[in-house]
Amino acid sequence: MSPLGYHDIAAAWWPYAFILLAGFLPTDVWRWLGVLFAGRVSETSQAIAFARAIATSLVAAVIARLVLVPDGPLAAVPTIARIAALAIGFAVYLLAGKRIIAGILVAEAILVGAAFAFT
Amino acid sequence: MSPNHAADADASGDARYWALQGLKGLFSVPALILMTAHVGFAGLARGAGIDWMEATFMVATIWALPANIVLIGAVTAGTSLAGTALAVALSSLRLMPMVVALMPELRGARTRTLLFLSHFVAVTGWVFAMRTLHEVPRRHRTVYFGAFGGSLCLINAVIVAIAFNLLSQLPALATGALAFLTPVYFLCSLYGSAREPSGRIGLFTGMAALPVANWLDPSSDILVAGLAGGIIAYVAGRIVETRVGA
Repeated sequence: MSPLGYHDIAAAWWPYAFILLAGFLPTDVWRWLGVLFAGRVSETSQAIAFARAIATSLVAAVIARLVLVPDGPLAAVPTIARIAALAIGFAVYLLAGKRIIAGILVAEAILVGAAFAFT
Repeated sequence: MSPNHAADADASGDARYWALQGLKGLFSVPALILMTAHVGFAGLARGAGIDWMEATFMVATIWALPANIVLIGAVTAGTSLAGTALAVALSSLRLMPMVVALMPELRGARTRTLLFLSHFVAVTGWVFAMRTLHEVPRRHRTVYFGAFGGSLCLINAVIVAIAFNLLSQLPALATGALAFLTPVYFLCSLYGSAREPSGRIGLFTGMAALPVANWLDPSSDILVAGLAGGIIAYVAGRIVETRVGA
């Protein structure tokens, strides 16, 4: 169908070449740029704090995407249940003295419960 | 402080000590949650018709769970090489500011070493490093971080290989529940490691901006939401800090 897709070349090495070119390279290039760029950035705490704010917000966008527009079987669970599971799980994490495991267990319980209730 | 000072005399033994401390991080709650999330990744890869060696190769060479999820999605959709590379690049762009923020902690190491170690910067390794590196003597930090990051990457590659072959076919609900570990874990982990108000604000502005960015353009939503959320958070954080300071 589309040219040079994952399944378009029937050679044993092709999937690995695809992973390196379309997965490894476009990921690690940012890591390398980060190393090279950090050497040039002035060592002021404000520049680094700005980088931290952007980094955190970018991961937050990833979090929201995984919850709001998920790929795979998660999409079968209603959006409102996914949001509620994340929000309540996070609230429990805070109430439990920032214990990640508490937040995870509650979020998963709500998600699985909702999956049973709505499907 | 004083025991470290005494041990400083024996440099090689000390390096081994800090490598061991890094390895101990494998038994921390975040590392164990990440390993469980990778069991879910094995289920996702199997569902997408990728074989176990390819899935293992993805984990080891890419080492960023969201990038791997994006890659699997593109493979399932039959996206071209260039289209897939662009989607992965947009999801992995966040790693650059993460590496920039981490570098002051590793200052003094050779650039070659840092380029190699940067492969292990992903949420878990980053949070672990930002939290604990300041307790490690400067000259042992690369060994400490490399031991943790390298072994975490290797173990998760092995976990995907094993889980893929053992769990012949996970029920859809189990795959979904395991996939849901990643967002909840990322949110709690990043909130706990935030050093200043802008970090905590950034989590919420970034999440709030995503639906808008997704509506504008689904292909670059993470980049747009992350940049907008980050800039707002930085400015808001500065205002909060000056108010508290004044």
